[in-house]
Amino acid sequence: MIRFFDVGLDYRHIAPPLRAQHPADATALASVSFEIEPGGFRWLTGASGAGKTSLLKLMYLALPPTTGRVELLGEDPSRLNRRRKALLRRRIGVVYQDFRLLRHLSAYDNVALPLRLAQRSERQLHADVTELLRWVGLAGRLEHRPDELSGGEQQRIAIARAVVAKPSILLADEPTGNLDDEQADRLLHLITALNRLGTTIVVATHNHGLIARYSAPVMELRAGRLVRHG
Amino acid sequence: MVKRGVSGRVDRIGLRGAMSDRLLPFVVAAMSFLAALALTGNFAAGQLAVHWLGGARKLLIIEVPDPGAPVVETQPGTQKISRIAAAKRLLETSGKVIDARILSDAELAHMVKPWLGSDEGATFPIALPGVIVAHSVSPTSTIAALTKQLSAVAPKTLVESGQRWSGRLVALTNSLRACAFAVLILVALVAASVVVVTVRAGLAQRREAIEIIHGLGAQDADIARQFAARAMHLTALGGLYGALASLPALIWLGSLAAGFSESSGFPHADGALSRLWASLDILPAVFLAGPLIFTVAAALIGWAATQVTVHGWLRRLS
Repeated sequence: MIRFFDVGLDYRHIAPPLRAQHPADATALASVSFEIEPGGFRWLTGASGAGKTSLLKLMYLALPPTTGRVELLGEDPSRLNRRRKALLRRRIGVVYQDFRLLRHLSAYDNVALPLRLAQRSERQLHADVTELLRWVGLAGRLEHRPDELSGGEQQRIAIARAVVAKPSILLADEPTGNLDDEQADRLLHLITALNRLGTTIVVATHNHGLIARYSAPVMELRAGRLVRHG
Repeated sequence: MVKRGVSGRVDRIGLRGAMSDRLLPFVVAAMSFLAALALTGNFAAGQLAVHWLGGARKLLIIEVPDPGAPVVETQPGTQKISRIAAAKRLLETSGKVIDARILSDAELAHMVKPWLGSDEGATFPIALPGVIVAHSVSPTSTIAALTKQLSAVAPKTLVESGQRWSGRLVALTNSLRACAFAVLILVALVAASVVVVTVRAGLAQRREAIEIIHGLGAQDADIARQFAARAMHLTALGGLYGALASLPALIWLGSLAAGFSESSGFPHADGALSRLWASLDILPAVFLAGPLIFTVAAALIGWAATQVTVHGWLRRLS
């Protein structure tokens, strides 16, 4: 379950190290309240700069809200110590817009990372990782590093890494941006399959064709405000 | 290609590139070298002080002016003896000293050679006193009482105690050891600072990778452990190299110090081999355990400085 209670995000009130990559003069989100039930699916839309990525950052705990309260999987992150917050992050899979792969690691090691952080043995994780890489069409690219792969291939690795640990929440920021239609369909099959298994899913996208093909409630942001939910 | 870290596990953060195996071990080796010298200086000063003070505290030097003159007869019929012999007899019967021995003319001449020139001639421009060397039974014996007794048989006799300058020797030794200790602390702080700077550079260089791993749910301790393992590996290497490099210098310094030590069983340590053995006698603990001590100490400094630095840096992340 994801709950936002009158949440605001103002980068002027965020500590400099976290603010570094963001505009310092912008109120990113204002009075955002919503609830997504466990196992729910939401499309998140809005124009560029509307606050989609900021909203996702609050959901994957990259930033704390400057006002209001966030509740994820029954926990209030602001009340958790760092160790428990890290454990909560492991239950949230994220597909970043810029992939955020580790360039010095192979495709296999990038996908295996969440399982290794969860202390899964090499023997246990091997089957899951190879199966998932085969499923996203990269079975022959296990030992390739991100720089040796195309944008679409990198995105598929990012997707595989996000879902390999079977997260309770999956957040995706423009996950189909670098995929062709066939790959985008395969990805959405995977996402809906995970959703059927109980994973709560939020997908931020500009792709209205995609939204039309997979019917689900839509959250629309405009200038940092939630103008539509349902 | 899968990159493995120092422990054979995956190098998740890519620290091999971020924390170079060149600069840090080199600087830590230099610090380890200096620390080895300081620590050995500390040990050596202590050892020499023990050697010296063992005899010096109890040493008495009795100077008897006009030593050949007969003693003043106090009782008629008493056999006449020289002042110095009377002083020696008094010392032997006092119960306060042992090993009283009159220095020969040759020994006296050798002793005053630096001030009065050659010891070959028997004539000196001034009359030399006779000298008795003895050891007091207890270093706390009162010299004043002994001086009074001696003055009765040989007026103007002086008693000099080693205790007087042994106190100064102790103070000198303590100040040397304090300096060595201060150098040791300073070197450790410099080494820790170098580790901090290197780790901070590594954190800055691998910031994105750390943020990704942090976002995937890595504990702060996991990330700090990876940095600390790398830092420990590099500082331990530096500590070992520095300690090994210091060994020849330590042997050389030990051989110099051996010249001042006679209790090692190698009096005056004249030959090169004797000096070597004497130096080993002066520096046994440091000489044998130095590489191990400095490897472990450098590794611990590297580990602790890295843990503090990484944990502090990670606090900036949400």
